Amino acid sequence: MENELLQILESNPNLNIKDISKILNRNEDEVREIIKELEKRNILKRRYIINWEKIGRDRVYALIKVKVSPERGRGYDKVAERIARFNEVRAVYLISGEYDLEVIVEGNNLKEIASFVSNKLATLEGVRSTVTHFILKKYKENGEIFFEEEKDYRLKISF
Amino acid sequence: MNEKLSYIKPSGIRRFFDIIERVKDVISLGVGEPDFQVDWVIREEAIYCIEKGYTNYTSNQGLIELREEISKNIKKNYNIYYDPETEIMITCGVSQALDIALRTILNYGDEIIIPEPCYVAYKPLAILAYANPVVIKTHEENNFKIDLDHLRKLITPRTKAIIINYPNNPTGKSYSKNELKELAEIAEEYDLYIISDEIYDKLTYNGKHIPVAKFIKDRVVYLNGFSKSFAMTGFRIGYVCCNEKILKNMLKIHQYSMLCAPTISQYAAIEALRNEEKILGRILPEYKARRNYVYKRLIEMGFKTILPDGAFYIFPKIENLNVDAEKFSEELLFKKHVAVVPGNAFGDDYIKYIRISYANNMEKLKIAMDKIEEYVKELSVLKI
Repeated sequence: MENELLQILESNPNLNIKDISKILNRNEDEVREIIKELEKRNILKRRYIINWEKIGRDRVYALIKVKVSPERGRGYDKVAERIARFNEVRAVYLISGEYDLEVIVEGNNLKEIASFVSNKLATLEGVRSTVTHFILKKYKENGEIFFEEEKDYRLKISF
Repeated sequence: MNEKLSYIKPSGIRRFFDIIERVKDVISLGVGEPDFQVDWVIREEAIYCIEKGYTNYTSNQGLIELREEISKNIKKNYNIYYDPETEIMITCGVSQALDIALRTILNYGDEIIIPEPCYVAYKPLAILAYANPVVIKTHEENNFKIDLDHLRKLITPRTKAIIINYPNNPTGKSYSKNELKELAEIAEEYDLYIISDEIYDKLTYNGKHIPVAKFIKDRVVYLNGFSKSFAMTGFRIGYVCCNEKILKNMLKIHQYSMLCAPTISQYAAIEALRNEEKILGRILPEYKARRNYVYKRLIEMGFKTILPDGAFYIFPKIENLNVDAEKFSEELLFKKHVAVVPGNAFGDDYIKYIRISYANNMEKLKIAMDKIEEYVKELSVLKI
């Protein structure tokens, strides 16, 4: 039931409680309760994906790889949390390979990001080195493609 | 001119379909193909094949790699084994497979039993095969399933075969294990072939689909394809699985009339089967949600409706509304810009039913259902 609900919401974020209750054949209060619970448990989060570039708002994004000295007892989590709490940071991942963390940072311009990296990120205790890649263009984010949607070429009636 | 063609009438509701193209901004619930685009891995494979130059004829029977993949797939899903060398052939969609199957099995004047409501091509193709189609009506009271006692009464010494299609277009209903078993017994008893169009098998939401071949493999001509489960309608790939003797003869017609199914599409189909679980995992929950939603809405509007087991159609009855399906469909189109198919497209007696296809996204389905509800309310007011 929870699974079914989440799956439906993932592909149809605009459905209201009434619609969902019809799909799941449950009453509306029940559905509302389950959604509340899923939100409380941090399983269901809502957020819009906006292609800002398209309406001319230029934001600058950078993908930063970070080498970190892990801390005894807490590993990478402590420094990762410190990084994640910055508002400028959009995503933080622990990764395998040469670097330890991958951080996606958002800013109004190049300078802002450069100063965030040199003043805030690189100076954090435990951070050994960073390498910054500026993102030049976004093609797909969170499963959403930023290309024109494909048209429906189907005949209006077919058997 | 071939006299047989005079028995094939252009569909009586042709006029309605001509009108549709002229109405703007229609939400069409009349579409018999998925709204999901063909998964990119499949399209990418087709592009790759063109680049590589895999653009020649294949063997008449179809690429052996594809036949092997199909054989594995049927084994995996249903635990039935068809030999890719001798029991599987690739065709241009199920339509062509059906055409050759009928021409292979039937002799001049043979009878073939066709349950209605059904897909529009069955009767015409039987006539073109110089056979006599014998219609068996199915009824809502019986969940649109064949009444087996009635079936026995229709069987004559000339009866050669019966066509079944499940999950069904237009009703969405399927057959259970026991029902199929009984049908298989009748086929055995009266020495009939079962031509089984199971193109919607993978789009099953209630229980598990079972091919009738499970019970009498040797008498079944099993038809399937890639148009519905993988949305590959324009690729035109279907397949037939049956015993070696029938297949050999079908191949004679196929090799001279079609040569082979489109090569690029055959390669794409291999890729489709290799990604089956991923692709179906993405679309099945979505179809099921839509089915549930549309069913509930129709019930709330007062339509007598049977919950479909599969495919992407639902077949509500428009009783108590003082209109027949043609009028209903036409007015719904003009007044509310929603297109549905009148039930009599699938058999003469179904003028009180409409076929709704839920192969549309939820947003469109919601709007369409709201509009149908508005229209039904207007009709009810008129009646009082």
